[in-house]
Amino acid sequence: MSNGLVTAAYIGATVLFILALGGLSHQETARRGNLYGMLGMGIALVATFLGVVTANYAILILALVVGGALGLVLARRVQMTQMPELVAILHSLVGLAAVLVGFANFMDPSTHHVGVEKTIHDVETYLGILIGAVTFSGSVVAFGKLSGKIGGKPLLLPARHWLNLGLLIVAIWLGGWFLGASESGAGVVPLVLMTIAALLFGIHMVAAIGGADMPVVISMLNSYSGWAASATGFMLENDLLIVTGALVGSSGAILSYIMCRAMNRKFLSVIAGGFGTTGGAVAAAAEQGEVRSLDPAEAAQMLADAKRVVIVPGYGMAVAQAQHAVYELTKELQSRGVDVRFAIHPVAGRMPGHMNVLLAEANVPYDIVHEMDEINDDFPHVDVSIVIGANDIVNPSAQEVPDSPIAGMPVLEVWKSRTTFVLKRSMATGYAGVENPLFFKENTFMLFGDARDTLTALIKAL
Amino acid sequence: MRIGVPKEVTPGERRVATTPEAVGQLVKLGFAVTVEAGAGAEASFSDEAYRAAGAEIAEDAGAVWSTADIVLKVRAPVDDEVDRMRPGQVLVAFLAPAQNARLLERLAEKRVTALAVEGIPRISRAQKLDALSSMANIAGYRAVVEAAQHFGRFFMGQITAAGKVPPAKVLVIGAGVAGLSAIGTAKGLGAIVRAFDTRPAVKEQVESMDAEFLMLDFEEEGEGVGGYAKVMSPEFIAAEMALFREQAKEVDIIVTTALIPGKPAPKLITRDMVESMKPGSVIVDLAAEQGGNCELTVPGEVIEHQGVKIIGYTDLPSRLPAQSSQMYATNLRHLLADMCPGKDGNVVVDMDDEVIRGATVVKDGTITWPPPPPKISAAPPKPAQAAAVEPAAEKKPAPRWVGPAITFGLGALALAVVGLFAPPSFMQHFTVFVLACFVGYMVIWNVTPALHTPLMSVTNAISSIIIIGALLQISSPEPAIKWSAFVAVLITAVNIAGGFAVTRRMLAMFRK
Repeated sequence: MSNGLVTAAYIGATVLFILALGGLSHQETARRGNLYGMLGMGIALVATFLGVVTANYAILILALVVGGALGLVLARRVQMTQMPELVAILHSLVGLAAVLVGFANFMDPSTHHVGVEKTIHDVETYLGILIGAVTFSGSVVAFGKLSGKIGGKPLLLPARHWLNLGLLIVAIWLGGWFLGASESGAGVVPLVLMTIAALLFGIHMVAAIGGADMPVVISMLNSYSGWAASATGFMLENDLLIVTGALVGSSGAILSYIMCRAMNRKFLSVIAGGFGTTGGAVAAAAEQGEVRSLDPAEAAQMLADAKRVVIVPGYGMAVAQAQHAVYELTKELQSRGVDVRFAIHPVAGRMPGHMNVLLAEANVPYDIVHEMDEINDDFPHVDVSIVIGANDIVNPSAQEVPDSPIAGMPVLEVWKSRTTFVLKRSMATGYAGVENPLFFKENTFMLFGDARDTLTALIKAL
Repeated sequence: MRIGVPKEVTPGERRVATTPEAVGQLVKLGFAVTVEAGAGAEASFSDEAYRAAGAEIAEDAGAVWSTADIVLKVRAPVDDEVDRMRPGQVLVAFLAPAQNARLLERLAEKRVTALAVEGIPRISRAQKLDALSSMANIAGYRAVVEAAQHFGRFFMGQITAAGKVPPAKVLVIGAGVAGLSAIGTAKGLGAIVRAFDTRPAVKEQVESMDAEFLMLDFEEEGEGVGGYAKVMSPEFIAAEMALFREQAKEVDIIVTTALIPGKPAPKLITRDMVESMKPGSVIVDLAAEQGGNCELTVPGEVIEHQGVKIIGYTDLPSRLPAQSSQMYATNLRHLLADMCPGKDGNVVVDMDDEVIRGATVVKDGTITWPPPPPKISAAPPKPAQAAAVEPAAEKKPAPRWVGPAITFGLGALALAVVGLFAPPSFMQHFTVFVLACFVGYMVIWNVTPALHTPLMSVTNAISSIIIIGALLQISSPEPAIKWSAFVAVLITAVNIAGGFAVTRRMLAMFRK
């Protein structure tokens, strides 16, 4: 296969990747988009296989088959509630691959550059490995946090900002050393040291970030894995890698931005870790009033009399694996002519779009699942809102209390509906550690207990 | 402890202080319940139903009064009933302590404990006990039903073959619980509803019920302690009377619910206003018991004055006996549940509890009425002023062009630096990179938020394009490079297959 043909195939793959991402703009075209992505990847692989690879076919095929089989098994076995973990661990693989490719490229004696090109190439190698290593260790820690293998609490080291700054300076200094040493054919030592520093930085960065900031972290790591691919592309002078990496990188960056906006937080403050650690004292509200709890039978009665119901799921629904029970309830209510809809906050759950996937798994049709901006104005006309395992995203103090740590965060205005049910295990505060005045509102009723059990009881009572 | 529920003896009173449903709940709390035979008959609750719920049926009132530790009633006890009470007994009823000083003295002589349900403070915690609100709600509903009964026309506008029927116009004065209930009922019947209240805070509530809130061109806050209305200044009253005079000529039905706690009802509808109304119009005066909002109201009766009917019934809740009994019984049941923290069927009259303190008018023979004023009102009175303290001095924002100018300046500078030093081959790749970033930016913004998770898994799969890098290296004769490329291919293959497959699986679940 000629070089020109390989390049042509790469262009085709690039176009297909762009179409793949474009296809995700609507549910109708999303499946086709995924097919385009697979096709693009297939074309790129075949072209490279035929045009570039010249030896060692056996181990190549072995790696492809074993890896592919592993991936398929993973994809089939994973629970929908574990999607964030899966995505995190897959990100780490991209990071690791970038590190490996970078090192291999550095060791490869067949690449010859001189002068500025040599320097630029070295910088690219260095950056590729750096980003790859941060992605790798950061994703591994994120995976640990999401799967509960390590605690979800942010790790707040005393001088953590200085630590980050120190690691950055070390990385730059090592870079200078590496460039100097590389001139004379050495440079492995600074490269390895830098990798270790980058790994530490990735660990520390994600460890400092708490559970509900995970959507930002995951999107950010998604972005990094793209930039790592892009940097590798520069190093290998391969436009396909550059373009694909840039697509993924900007996709992750936009997702991070959307997530930050949905929490009204600055990207930097999320990355810097912790929550509410700088100013914004938690104002102790004076008279909170009384919490009214309700038993499922009474709640079922009120639901049966409702015309419009909106369900607001949160991370608690994922924890209780209650999505199927939610759909049972939806069907039961719909069969009585109740208009049931879902309202999804952008940061509900642990990754962007987490709730949508869970509801889709439970067969909830996507046309009754609405985004926050679509449905927020409708709450005054809603008879009953059911909040399932969500807290901060329905907290009225974001709008009402100017000095609240979550002030200004866009929230779902469930309290404007006629009645609100809150399914919750206890009165504990949410991630932000802010009291939620919603629970004390006159038209709010609490249904304590495991969300799935409560929902099952509700369905039974209906 | 045993709860006794005698039959109401006040003539015309058809309510009963408990229902079979409430009896069931009380029994669960550990109480024994005795109900006088026929107590619920007028409210359509049979003795059988009470018995089935776990109550004992006593043949006569004497048996109830003599065995009960707690007596639940609707109306204040008459003299005979007070005579039957014994020391230590607890009585819960509408006692109207402000008007019934003599009754309180007699109860004190009997050394009983008496709780007046009117005394329950209007705080959010006590809402479920608030029998006054329950009854007001019913009275508001019934007021409109009575009006409809005496109004010779439709409420709802219609266009029929026999001509056009204009909708009735209803004016509700006082948008408290009763007023809002009247607004809702009149609205439900299809009338055009207007409402007036001295408290501007209720405007939103009125408008939420689709009624029109009449505004006075006058600044005065009409909200007193505890969310109740207060007496207004003479100028305000003059302005509001002018408004009513205007409205009286136009509307068909007026429902007045204006009450100020502890004061006679304000006279809002004067004789000349009544006379200016269209013949066949109806006035329902819910304040009749406190003297009436209308000059001509005769408490307890319906009179007709120059073709305008004025309804002064004082027993509107009793005219809906099943409904009002059910709500009253639920209120009392909540009250007893609050007083029985141990759920063991023993009540504690806790005078430190604001709600119980407010309701208790006689405690073990001592008159404890009136209670001290409530510590907090339902809404903090002046939340508006707190906001004014905020620092007024804000930094003047920079002009709008500064931000973009800085961004573009820095961008241009960075590009210039790259262009100065980088070789042409790098610039080519850099062009591709920058363009790809913009393509990504444009494409990703279109992705629907519902598909963000599939987006992440698919971008994850395609970022494994880094496998190309490993493929370029795997043919190397160097074992170190070969094996590192092998590992890279292996893990990216996991990623490619896993990423695409899981995306496929997720997308297959999204359905309409």
